[in-house]
Amino acid sequence: MSQPHERIAAALRRAPGEPLALVPYITAGYPSRERFIETLREVAGAGDVVEVGVPFSDPMADGVTIQRASQAAIAAGVSLRWILAALAEAGPMPAPVVLMSYLNPLLNHGFERLADDAARSGVAGFIVPDLPLEESQALRTALEARGLALVQLVTPATPPARLARLCEASRGFVYAVTVTGITGGDSGLPSTVSEYLDRVRSVSSLPVCAGFGVRRPEHLRQLSGHADGVVVGSALVEELEAGRDPAAFLRGLRDG
Amino acid sequence: MLSEFSEAERSRLLSELLAGRFPDEHGRFGPFGGRYAPETLITALERITEGMHAALADSGFKATLDGELAEWVGRPTPLTAARGLSRRWGAEVWLKREDLAHTGAHKINNALGQALLAQRLGARRVIAETGAGQHGVATAAACARVGIPCVVYMGAVDVKRQSPNVDRMYQLGARVEAVESGDRTLRAAIDEAFRAWVADPEESYYLLGSAVGPHPYPYLVRQLQSVIGREAREQCVARTGGLPDAAFACVGGGSNAIGLFHPFLADTSVRLVGVEAGGRGAGLGDNAATLATGRPGVLHGSYSMLLQDPDGQVQETHSVSAGLDYPGVGPEHALLKAIGRVEYTSCTDDEALDALWECCRAEGILPAIESSHALAGARAFAREHTGTRLLIGLSGRGDKDMPTLSQFIDRIRS
Repeated sequence: MSQPHERIAAALRRAPGEPLALVPYITAGYPSRERFIETLREVAGAGDVVEVGVPFSDPMADGVTIQRASQAAIAAGVSLRWILAALAEAGPMPAPVVLMSYLNPLLNHGFERLADDAARSGVAGFIVPDLPLEESQALRTALEARGLALVQLVTPATPPARLARLCEASRGFVYAVTVTGITGGDSGLPSTVSEYLDRVRSVSSLPVCAGFGVRRPEHLRQLSGHADGVVVGSALVEELEAGRDPAAFLRGLRDG
Repeated sequence: MLSEFSEAERSRLLSELLAGRFPDEHGRFGPFGGRYAPETLITALERITEGMHAALADSGFKATLDGELAEWVGRPTPLTAARGLSRRWGAEVWLKREDLAHTGAHKINNALGQALLAQRLGARRVIAETGAGQHGVATAAACARVGIPCVVYMGAVDVKRQSPNVDRMYQLGARVEAVESGDRTLRAAIDEAFRAWVADPEESYYLLGSAVGPHPYPYLVRQLQSVIGREAREQCVARTGGLPDAAFACVGGGSNAIGLFHPFLADTSVRLVGVEAGGRGAGLGDNAATLATGRPGVLHGSYSMLLQDPDGQVQETHSVSAGLDYPGVGPEHALLKAIGRVEYTSCTDDEALDALWECCRAEGILPAIESSHALAGARAFAREHTGTRLLIGLSGRGDKDMPTLSQFIDRIRS
């Protein structure tokens, strides 16, 4: 049986000419704590890998939408422990689940215990936006022992030598941040994005997924052929807040 | 990642500290510190680190900084013999008068140094956060002096309770952004300043105001604030013929405390005491006494002590003093506590306010509520140690606290 991080990569890898893979993001337990698993199942069914946000009190890389979602989820009693327990109880999902969390809740849980609990809950990997490669050894070691991914993020500001190191160290996929900024922007993707993504793809042996500011079909058309997949976060959270069908929104993005 | 050490480990860490080995090349003070920042900022942090080392080693930069510290900031600040407090407390009390530095607090030492660094690095804009508003005012003034536009993020709660400083920032040409997210105090202001910086890491310089944050900030801020302790040590020796028995500073993020303490670390006869904000009492959420009641964690870019709940969410804090109302603390303080070189205590809101009024009446000096925590800590120490020589870091003046203090006017009249 393949390792969890290999399942992520397999779900996202795209041959030239194939449509982009979709990585939808939801904040766990938002807008409804009771409907978390139901929402996750719908979203995972419409995506190739699903990203579940662990709410944190100080989400410094996130814009207003995910800040609002995180704050409400914490107020509703959502925590890392609760998420892991809910996932364990829910059983297999239609797509591999990756947890997006700031470092402190993970540190607080303890890395060894985290890797065990995550593996038991069917989680395939982690994205940790405030954990640069240089500080990540202890977590990577703990996750690798369980075959779990620690996805590295790269940005347009990342110099070439560092880009190669990050792609080499990443597992599951490489998360290519499209814009210099926080999540949830709506100012369009930079004109240089395709050239930047081509550069990332040329050094990465893993699938490359573009994220931050991806919210409309035209964005997917712009990225098509330059990435394996896209991460859709704030735009999807806003759909959920408005009470609309997340799967319909994701299909609309893909087919639009 | 341990916060408790064996005796052997403590003495090894102390000798490495005294040998100047901290922070190491990874920005670590023992296990604390580091650089936990989004990837977008890593290149900018590298650039600042290199620029900082080059600037601090450049005699031209140092001459410019020293010249500005003398003729624009007004350094050296005096060491004042506090005769009234000495009599009342039965001790020999000396006040290091950072309240007399330009803009009214120690914050200017760091703001000026970093504004000059930002200029040297070619920054087009400076971003800063502020709690009490002292760092915001200092940054606004330093940026005006150096000629770089600046934006200051300030929690909406603090905008209200420190309104005189908001007006001063505008007068000095800064733009002030009231932060409505998170806890709407210093912590949310730092989150928001980081977000602004993440959006523009190439052209903006983040002028962080305390000895916190990702490497190199805890080191850079310490280097710029150590002028406080260097002067105080020299002045104390010149005036009294010896060193103090103990030195006191308030600790929020810990920049004035690290600045006062650092030059005394090797003087093992000098007891160093940091005083945290004990707020309303010991309950979680009632104070900002991070070193007393926190656990190790990561906030705002470094691994240090942190007030957090059982799930690792950062805890909301309370202090009557906006400048100390912060759930984290600089990583070097976490080390100094773990190895026992600095003692950390706390005083309550009421004890700080009593010390403030006592200082007003005994010395004719209105200290900041932040600095009044150091006074309260020293007063408690004097009760146990009669006749000792005490050095107190009076980190700032209390004019900005008038909106808060006027709420208590009845208590003073009674």
